[in-house]
Amino acid sequence: MKSPPFIMLSSRYRILKKRLHPLTKEFGLTLYVLRKSLLAMIGASIVFIFIFIAIFGSLISPYDPNEIDISFRFYAPTREHPLGTDKLGRDVFSRILCGARYSIRAGLVVLAIAVPAGIVLGGIAGLLGGWIDEVIMRITDVFLSFPPLILAMAFSAALGPSLFNAMMALSLVWWPLYTRLVRGQALAVRETLYVEAAISKGASRWTLIFRHILPNCLSPILVTFTLDMGWVITAAAALSFLGFGAQPPLSEWGRMVTDGRIYLFQAWWVSMFPGLAIALTVLGFNLLGDGIRDALDPKLRRITEVKWKEKIRF
Amino acid sequence: MERENTLLVVESLQTQFFTYGGVVKALDGISFEILNGEIFGLVGESGCGKSVTAASIIGLVQKPGKIISGKVLLEGEDLLQKSDREMNRIRGSRISIISQDPTSALNPLFKIGYQVSEPMIYHQGMKKKQAWKGAAKMLHQMGIPDSSGKARNYPHELSGGMRQRALIAMALSCSPSLLIADEPTTNLDVTIERQILNLVRELQQNFGTSVLWITHDMAVIAEMCDRVAVMYAGNIVELADVRSIFKNPKHPYTVRLLKAIPLSEVSGKELDEIPGAVPRLINPPSGCRFHPRCQEAMTVCKEDKPEGVDLASGHMVACHLYS
Repeated sequence: MKSPPFIMLSSRYRILKKRLHPLTKEFGLTLYVLRKSLLAMIGASIVFIFIFIAIFGSLISPYDPNEIDISFRFYAPTREHPLGTDKLGRDVFSRILCGARYSIRAGLVVLAIAVPAGIVLGGIAGLLGGWIDEVIMRITDVFLSFPPLILAMAFSAALGPSLFNAMMALSLVWWPLYTRLVRGQALAVRETLYVEAAISKGASRWTLIFRHILPNCLSPILVTFTLDMGWVITAAAALSFLGFGAQPPLSEWGRMVTDGRIYLFQAWWVSMFPGLAIALTVLGFNLLGDGIRDALDPKLRRITEVKWKEKIRF
Repeated sequence: MERENTLLVVESLQTQFFTYGGVVKALDGISFEILNGEIFGLVGESGCGKSVTAASIIGLVQKPGKIISGKVLLEGEDLLQKSDREMNRIRGSRISIISQDPTSALNPLFKIGYQVSEPMIYHQGMKKKQAWKGAAKMLHQMGIPDSSGKARNYPHELSGGMRQRALIAMALSCSPSLLIADEPTTNLDVTIERQILNLVRELQQNFGTSVLWITHDMAVIAEMCDRVAVMYAGNIVELADVRSIFKNPKHPYTVRLLKAIPLSEVSGKELDEIPGAVPRLINPPSGCRFHPRCQEAMTVCKEDKPEGVDLASGHMVACHLYS
């Protein structure tokens, strides 16, 4: 029945299967499930393009983003300036390409501070309990009782308006969310029977925390991380839009929206395209986050998992 | 009783829970012994302290709970005097436990094979690969078909019976001297229950493990156990070999408990029940804790807590009728 090349292929897969470390296989499975979801792939492509632009934006941009040429003021989108020019004759397309890095930097820095802080503080609160838990959680309550953007505005106003201070302000606003998430997870997981079973198997304290409790807390954190990437970018842009973040002439997207806001009726492209860039990026991260959530859920991925196993066994 | 043959001695063990509502006296000084290679049954209504006994032996009494006094001697060593670290070395290697609910006792993130091999990694210093092979072998011994394939599955991919087998494999993987089975078959249907009972008995003979079998099902006790302790409200009221308990029950509670078993011969009649419920242990009845529900209660029952009396060899009863 089988043709020779097919058999050759199958033997190749067998070798592959033997060599793969179980962890690599797990990862491969997650990627495979992710690849099977159209929306997740759209999200991943957007995120990938966004990251690519963030890294190489200044190399591929047709013009210098800060090059001022008053004679080209408010040019509507043409072939030379695909997204038009702004009030100083700067090319909007180039500015968007070069602005991507500020957004991704904001997202990464804020979450790189907020997530570890949340895991450590939430873990301590959830696992130790008692008065430490009370102290940490009441502080997060204080932070969470303010509207997040207002609090971030207050912090960055106090620190002085700059992109760096806006990022610090956002980290200050964001860590309580993760602390609360991790604490809730840690509390729930700590009480589960499988943790008790692990104790009764003789697992040491650290094995217990790092093998049985933390990994079971992680998947909501990973999902929230990806979803939050989009929200942090929006929040950073919002702060810049309100004048608390990036200052001119920085081509930060939120800043560009606010700069073009006054001329919205004469030159809509100045605000519209940076705004679209923000929306598209957030959409990409959200789609990817949803996809990862589905791929990590062993119940949802089951059908695709069976297909994957069949494929490897071929 | 032959001293050198005893594996576990529990001596006047008292465990209490300090809740907001008051102190719950869950265990009121219970004593029993488990011999090498026997199946010892612990039977009683819900909330009479069976699971607390198990938790106290293995050192897993949760936070508001505390062991007040008593001794738990495993092969002569007092487990209550051990540090956490020492207990960790004992749990899983010398004592292990099979819990009630096989679904939630398995970590959803790890494959069955890994979870079964964990005790071997912790206690026998095995490398992962080697332990995995050991785990597959254990699963095979549990009568799981395609055991090396099943080892690669996640808990949610197995049926309840399979999960319970995996838990038993996990518990026996370091061939412990004592296996505590805390109602391991309550969540399974009768066919699977039968299989698990047969399996445990077979394994118990092969491994030479002693088993503390906790249940509320008298039929299972009759099927499985060599000796039985009947618990009521934190006390052991009667302790004897399984034949004496069923043929010649002494304590009024045991008598009533046996009458409450539905039998197929006596159909059409209303089932005999014990009036009332297990008392709340925050404020237990004075004297004998069973006296409010006992039909043969005397005045002395309200005042004095009855001491255990040896009627025949190895038949202990704690009741004023016999003292």
